[in-house]
Amino acid sequence: MEARHKSMKAFGEDLAQANEQLKIINQENSLPHFDDKYELVGEGPLRAIEIDTMQINLGKMCNQVCKHCHVDAGPDRKEIMTKDTLENCLDVLESHNIQTVDLTGGAPEMNPNFKWFVGEVKKLSKQVMVRSNLTILEANGYGDYYKFLADNNVEIVSSLPFYKKSFTDKQRGDGVFDASINAIKKLNELGYGKENPGLKLDLVYNPVGAFLPPSQSELEQDYKRELFNHFGIVFNNLYTITNMPISRFLDYLMQSGNYEKYMQKLVDSFNPVAAGNVMCRSIISVGWDGQLFDCDFNQMLELNMDHGAPTHIRGFDLNKIENRRIVTGQHCYGCTAGAGSSCGGATA
Amino acid sequence: METYYNPKDLLKFGEIEEGAPELWKKFSEWYGAVFKAGALSEREKSLIALAVAHAVQCPYCIDAFTEASLEKGADLEQMTEAVHVASAIRGGASLVHGVQMKNVNSKLTM
Repeated sequence: MEARHKSMKAFGEDLAQANEQLKIINQENSLPHFDDKYELVGEGPLRAIEIDTMQINLGKMCNQVCKHCHVDAGPDRKEIMTKDTLENCLDVLESHNIQTVDLTGGAPEMNPNFKWFVGEVKKLSKQVMVRSNLTILEANGYGDYYKFLADNNVEIVSSLPFYKKSFTDKQRGDGVFDASINAIKKLNELGYGKENPGLKLDLVYNPVGAFLPPSQSELEQDYKRELFNHFGIVFNNLYTITNMPISRFLDYLMQSGNYEKYMQKLVDSFNPVAAGNVMCRSIISVGWDGQLFDCDFNQMLELNMDHGAPTHIRGFDLNKIENRRIVTGQHCYGCTAGAGSSCGGATA
Repeated sequence: METYYNPKDLLKFGEIEEGAPELWKKFSEWYGAVFKAGALSEREKSLIALAVAHAVQCPYCIDAFTEASLEKGADLEQMTEAVHVASAIRGGASLVHGVQMKNVNSKLTM
């Protein structure tokens, strides 16, 4: 599969549209429906619990065009969260005990109000984490973001799909591995990734293809050993994340003839323990335009919160959000396979 | 075109149970125990299995243990080295029999 330089949307590809993806994912076949399988957890339908995290998608613009991206992000994407919507988020955060703000994208740093917003959230004494692709920190105009992130004690969570260049660049683009290593070296110099951290740096592994992730704890040891021995760099935790069968990864599965086998594998690997701990139960996901979703994947599939919960940040009502029924589909098997998968890694 | 090997047949492996269910049960339990982490890690065992799969030239096993090795955190570099180990042993096994050829040659020739 050739490297991408633009999003699927830029090329007008069918799978850039959420409804085209849903047609494939939810087609009638021999696979059991996720809701039926979830019954194995023994708690009835999948429902939210107490909300501890607001995950905000600051926009779909990104300096990278990764082959597996569930956002279909890229330099051509213009969807960016406005300052008005960011203020709506701040209003909710100020008046509710939601302790963690998880910033994602695209490359969240490319939102022109990124620094202002982080500063305002920190005034509320909330924990802030940014899902940085690392290479943006090495891009022109972003050099001062290193110190800004450190000064504001922002937790950094970064994709690095392998501890070697070959797999990493195959998925994320030529030169990404080298730029990522340079960025981690600079973050280490600022105190990120050390033991007993004041400044936390976590890395994310996701499979470079149609297979499930290895054991998170074992792979973390490999990453730590190999990255330190070869590059002298350190980090705190490794999170293993399963590729979701949506957007560009769905496109890859279809093009490579792996879709049916991959879905069967996800279903066969359903783990009730992992399923009981899926992250959609304790987060809300805010889209670039303020719409509310159960998770970032539902956001990309344009599946808003439902079952009586509000659909926009301006209508935020915690009473209707906690204990809400989660909107599900066959893609949800991606979070419940094997050791489970969430933005914080394995869940079982 | 019909072939002796069909990838979908791998999914039918369990059907071997028919005819000798007790033997299949014993095989399955033993097989599962073999691949659990012990003195060797699961990844090391997958890579050994991948190498042996090439030595015995089993397409089903190559399919299963390439995927298993990836899911245990191996990459193409490691899997290729494993295949070279199998190939070296197969090649070496042929070559070392040249000693027998030399023995016979010594006996038969002046």
